[in-house]
Amino acid sequence: MYSRLASPRVGGTAALAVVIALLPLGLSNSYFYEVAILVGLNAIVCVGLNLLIGYAGQISLGHAGFFGIGAYGSAILASRYGWPPLASMLTATLAAALLAFLIGRPILRLKGHYLAMATLAMGIIIYMVITTEDKLTGGPDGMSVVPLSIGGLALQNERVWYWVVGALLLAAVWLALNMIESPVGRALRALHGSEVGAEVVGIDAARHKVMVFVISAVFASMAGSLNAHFAGFITPGKVTFLHSIELATMVVFGGMASTFGAVVGAAVLTTLPQFLTVFKDYEMMVFGAVMMGTMIFLPRGVVPSLEKLFAGRRNAAAADTPAAESERGA
Amino acid sequence: MTFLRVERLAKEFGGVHAVENLSFDIQPGVVHSIIGPNGAGKTTLLNMLTGIYRPSGGRIFFQEQDLTGRAPYEFAGCGIARTFQNLQVFFNMSALENVMVGRYLHERCGLVSALLRFPRLARAERACREEAAELMRYVGLQSYLSAAADAMPYGALKRLEIARALATRPKLLLLDEPAAGLNPTEALELDDLIGRLTERGVTVVLVEHNMRLVMGVSDHILVLDYGRKLAEGPATMVRNDPKVIEAYLGSAVASDGSVGSAAASNGAVRAGAH
Repeated sequence: MYSRLASPRVGGTAALAVVIALLPLGLSNSYFYEVAILVGLNAIVCVGLNLLIGYAGQISLGHAGFFGIGAYGSAILASRYGWPPLASMLTATLAAALLAFLIGRPILRLKGHYLAMATLAMGIIIYMVITTEDKLTGGPDGMSVVPLSIGGLALQNERVWYWVVGALLLAAVWLALNMIESPVGRALRALHGSEVGAEVVGIDAARHKVMVFVISAVFASMAGSLNAHFAGFITPGKVTFLHSIELATMVVFGGMASTFGAVVGAAVLTTLPQFLTVFKDYEMMVFGAVMMGTMIFLPRGVVPSLEKLFAGRRNAAAADTPAAESERGA
Repeated sequence: MTFLRVERLAKEFGGVHAVENLSFDIQPGVVHSIIGPNGAGKTTLLNMLTGIYRPSGGRIFFQEQDLTGRAPYEFAGCGIARTFQNLQVFFNMSALENVMVGRYLHERCGLVSALLRFPRLARAERACREEAAELMRYVGLQSYLSAAADAMPYGALKRLEIARALATRPKLLLLDEPAAGLNPTEALELDDLIGRLTERGVTVVLVEHNMRLVMGVSDHILVLDYGRKLAEGPATMVRNDPKVIEAYLGSAVASDGSVGSAAASNGAVRAGAH
């Protein structure tokens, strides 16, 4: 039992649940709740994006596009056509999944910088469509969005939103950890290590890349929809190239191939600008310095680097049972 | 039924004929070696036999099934596994996980069961882990059961690739220069390992420069030169074939002795052939 708790899948998820449960004790006003909800939504995107970037080793600089499809898809269907928000969210998610599936196969044949360029272009095209289709989307000015309602009950209270987003984040983390420790997750990590090595043991690399691309798009789209309904307003600012970069940065900052790293990265990079407002004009400079310092001193990202620091102690305790090896998968 | 049949196989790289009009059969249950000077097309041939290269011409039949032009994962699915001359280890994973990846084909699980981790999957994972550990012991890696792949020495990584290939439960195993870079002791242990592979019912195709190893374990040898078949037959016959000796050593020094000693020491440089 003790060893089960030490595994990231069980112990880590439990720890995250405790953090989510206890956090409201420190959230003294609705502004703090709002920040916490944004952290949760970004973390959901990053947990999905980390499956693609961190585990499968495929870069995407266009995930704000999927976030935008979720946000605008749900906003348009619910606000302009009067669909129930839940149905419009699911439809938008399906649309994002379908788009990821269709463009995944051709663009995931590309590698490294070329894949980065292709995904970046994809994100920019989605942004352009959203800003130019102003009859539907409100163009650069954005559009207001009806609140999320489930069975006629509208979600408007920050505290309720907090628990909804917290539960969804916990679910996202749990699904991601399950996947990573399954044969499918191993196949993804294998094709990161050596694509040809993975192919010759029977792994269809193209199919797996498309699959993880679709999963990460679904996570981003869901978070986008939730964000739109929570904020009650959406502008193309959330669909920009810059937002794509922010999302990828959160994954790298927290630690590639670490699900909890993605959560930590989203939490730090979402809240840091709020704290740094004390620096006024120098805010972005300090932000940049913190990022650079972290990458220099914790080059593998926050969570894996700290894990490695404590690894000596843990290795001694874990002895050399094969079971201890599953920890590397987190 | 022929086990593996290659018919008039060819591969051209921008006018260079790496493999040309090559036909041969491979019988099940024995060790076959493919030898030849550097650049003879051995690795190109192996890449075609595992779907990594698409042949420019010719056909590949495995157990009467035409595999020409299929993808690597489809070759693997038919029971053909391989190792690489330049390692293709998953350095981002542990040694044990590397071998577990090899079990992929036999552990098919759907995305939904992966995401929700059904109890059936948890049980299958435990079995997979045990089988992978068993294979690591079989190839002599028992001391690396909890090692990270990127912390292992070169010789151990070569064995790790063999264990990973065996995890796919292959019918045919292609080994691309398994002894390259190994010290004499490690190479001797490899002899023993290859001998045991056939006992498992695996047919082995060995591409190797180490002539002591080749002559020691092979039942049948195919000699390539400039992408063409130079000679083929039982090991003893090929060893004394004048054409083979000339390709390896040049005719001037051929009187000096067997292919074995000279090629083993110089790693089969095409001395005097130019």
